[in-house]
Amino acid sequence: MAQQPQKPVRPFGALLQQAWGENPVFRQVLGICSALAVTNLVFNTALMCLGLIWATTMSSLTVSLIRNVTPRRVRIMVSVLIIAVYVIVVDICFRVLFPEVHRDIAAYVGLIVTNCIVLGRLEAFASRNRPLASVCDGLGAGLGYSLILMAVAIVRELLGFGTLLRGTPWKLTLLPTGPESWWRPWTIMITPPGAFFVLAIIVWAARAAALRRPGASQEAAP
Amino acid sequence: MSPLAEMGSPVSGTGGMMLLAVLLSAALTENILLTRFLGMCPFLSVSRELKSAFGMGLAVVFVTTCTCAINSLLYWTVLVPLGLHVSLQLILFIVVIAAFVQLMEMVIERISVTLYFSLGIFLPLITVNCAILGTSLFMVNRGFRGLSAVLFGFGSGLGWMIAIVLMAGIRQRLKGAKVPAALEGPGIALVIAGIMALAFIGLSNMVKI
Repeated sequence: MAQQPQKPVRPFGALLQQAWGENPVFRQVLGICSALAVTNLVFNTALMCLGLIWATTMSSLTVSLIRNVTPRRVRIMVSVLIIAVYVIVVDICFRVLFPEVHRDIAAYVGLIVTNCIVLGRLEAFASRNRPLASVCDGLGAGLGYSLILMAVAIVRELLGFGTLLRGTPWKLTLLPTGPESWWRPWTIMITPPGAFFVLAIIVWAARAAALRRPGASQEAAP
Repeated sequence: MSPLAEMGSPVSGTGGMMLLAVLLSAALTENILLTRFLGMCPFLSVSRELKSAFGMGLAVVFVTTCTCAINSLLYWTVLVPLGLHVSLQLILFIVVIAAFVQLMEMVIERISVTLYFSLGIFLPLITVNCAILGTSLFMVNRGFRGLSAVLFGFGSGLGWMIAIVLMAGIRQRLKGAKVPAALEGPGIALVIAGIMALAFIGLSNMVKI
C-alpha cells in the first residue's frame, strides 16, 4: 500500500486506486467505526460522508504542504490535531445548517478524528508525496469509503423504513408501509445487527469477485 | 424512531439505582461496540486469540475509566464555564487521551515487565481506538458528570471487553469450521458480531434510563 517516495505518483491514478482498487473497507474492513452507527438513515450517512471526504482531502493537503518541516517524532500528533481542526469546522457547519440532525450525529462527527482511514492515508501517502497527488489520494479514500457507507445506508433505510432520505423534504416512499400493505418493514435493518449483516454481505461479494479475478488468489488472502 | 434519537436525554438524579442503571446500560444494552460500532478495528484484528483479546480488553477498561473521569472534570469545570466547549472539546479530549496513554506506558514499563508485556503492548493501539474518544463524547452528549461519568466510562470499557473476549472465544472455536473462502477473516467476523449484537439487544428492555 505504501508508495515509493522517489517515484512521482499520477494524481488521478492515486484517486482511482484509493476509491476502488485498494478500497480499505473491502480489503481489511478498516475505518467503519465512525459512521456505521448512523447508516440507518441515508441523509445522516450522506452528511457523515461529506464530513469525512472534507476531512481526508483537506488534511492530506495540509500534511503534504508541511511534510518537509514536520519533525518525524511528533508527526502523528500533528496529523491528529490537523484532522481535529477540519472536523471542528465540519461540526460547526452541521450545527448551524442542520441543527436537528446534528443532535443525533454529533458524537460520530467528532469520531472522524480517530478514523483509521484518514490517519492511515496521511501516514502512508500525504506525509511523503506532493500536494496535488495527496489531495487526490485523500479524495479517493473519502469517496471509496462513502461508496460503501451509502450502499449500506440505502439497503438499511429502504428495507427498514421503506423510504429513502427520510427526515428531509426530499423523502421518497418506495415501499408501502401501511398495516394493509403487502410489504412488512424489516425492523432488524434499523437496529445495529442489520448494519453488521449488510456490511458482511458487501464484503463477501467484493471478496468473491476479487477471488474470481485470475491471479488474485494470494492478493485477496487475509 | 431512530435508536440514536434517545441519546440526547440527560440523566436526572444520582441515586444508587440510577448509577447501577448507568453502569449496566453502558456495559450491556448500549454496548459501545455492538450497538455503536466503536473500536471495530482492534475488535476485528486483535480477536484471533483469547489471551491478547483479554489483555486488550483490560487496557481499554482502564483507559476509558480514567480518561472519562479526567475529561468530564475538565469539560464541566473548565471548558463549559469559559464557553469554549463547542470549539475546543474535541482537541481537549484527544490531547488528554494521548497524554494519558503515553504516561501509562511509561509508568507500566517502570513498575513491572510482566504487566508491560500483558497490557503495555496494547497501549499504543489505544490512542487511535475510537471507543475511547467515543466514550468521552457520549459522556458529554448525555450530560454525565462526577461519579456517573466514571461509572459510564467503566461500563463502556467493560462492555467492549466482554464483546471482544466473547468474540475471541467464538473465533477460536471456529478455526476448524468450513467457512466459504470469500467470507473468511473479516467477513465471518462481521456475521458473528451481528449475531452477538442481536443477543445484546435482546437485553435492552431490562434496563431503561
